[in-house]
Amino acid sequence: MPDTDPDTDPVPERRPAPEHPGDGRAALVAALRRPPGRGQVVAGVLLALLGFAAAVQVNVVNSDTPYAGARRDDLVQLLQTLAAAQDRASREFQELQDTQEALQESTDQRATALEEAQRQLDALRILAGVVGVTGPGVVITINDPDGSVGAATLLNAIEELRDAGAEAIEVDDTARVVAQTPLSDGADLTDGELLVGSRTVTAPYVLEAIGAPETLSEAVVFPGGLTDEVETLGGTVSVDTPDEVRITSLAPEADDDFVEPST
Amino acid sequence: MIALLGLLVGIGAGLFLDPSVPVALQPYLPIAVVAALDATFGALRALLDGIFDEKVFVISFVSNVLVAALIVYLGDQLGVGSQLSTGVVVVLGIRIFSNAAAIRRHLFHA
Repeated sequence: MPDTDPDTDPVPERRPAPEHPGDGRAALVAALRRPPGRGQVVAGVLLALLGFAAAVQVNVVNSDTPYAGARRDDLVQLLQTLAAAQDRASREFQELQDTQEALQESTDQRATALEEAQRQLDALRILAGVVGVTGPGVVITINDPDGSVGAATLLNAIEELRDAGAEAIEVDDTARVVAQTPLSDGADLTDGELLVGSRTVTAPYVLEAIGAPETLSEAVVFPGGLTDEVETLGGTVSVDTPDEVRITSLAPEADDDFVEPST
Repeated sequence: MIALLGLLVGIGAGLFLDPSVPVALQPYLPIAVVAALDATFGALRALLDGIFDEKVFVISFVSNVLVAALIVYLGDQLGVGSQLSTGVVVVLGIRIFSNAAAIRRHLFHA
């Protein structure tokens, strides 16, 4: 035997060893077949105790309260570990919250910048006349039966409207008037026809302007103004202030072959 | 045969009755179970060696359990309870393995 075991210290052999000392299986079978005795009962009781204790312990470990049987040191350590984990988690939570706030802030800033840019874009598009507009304003009709109203008169009318704060101007529903729009009598046009931008307009000329209606109509009828000027030329002017003036014609896109923004 | 029956009866009783362990005994029960397991394996080996004696078995069983519980108790008092428990389990585990090896040699000649 290579191992010496204090529990199996040699004791006087009460039972004869099996005939083949090395044959453990025979010994086991012989032990199982041995008739019941006091020693077997004692061994049975002890083994029953062992099985009972083992089963109880297994139940305790598998029960719903796994820490019920833990010792105090282990519980304290467990508690410290959990506290440290909670610290870590809350720190992480704080960091993530900061990140979220920063991202939210930058998103807000972007949204504001975008809104501002959109507003500027809208204003510039209206100024450039590349978008249809609507709003309160005036409709001025210049009747010119003699064909004597020329580009200068129309330009005066437009300048008066601009002076009165007109935000968008259109002639005869076809020609949008913006900063670059030229007016001319047109070399090859007959009387009663004018060139506004690249469009030809014919009398009667209908000017639509969006702005404060009172101011705009005042700008037309004041003494010595457009009305008087046209009447001197033999025409008439009528001013209407509908609730809504619709300007649908568009100016051509401005060329910028030469000009560049200077910083 | 009676010993085997006793083991089964004990396991069954423990599983079905499911008693609650007194708080005072809770730290000692697992160590006591391991110590009893050690004694049982030693006894099985002695049986196969042909030198089994129930008196030795009873004494070693009881003393193993008591000594293991005493060590754990001492460890708890000294503040090294969990480490000492681990040590006892390791030592008993090694003994169980060596006994199991001897039993294996007897039963399988290998």
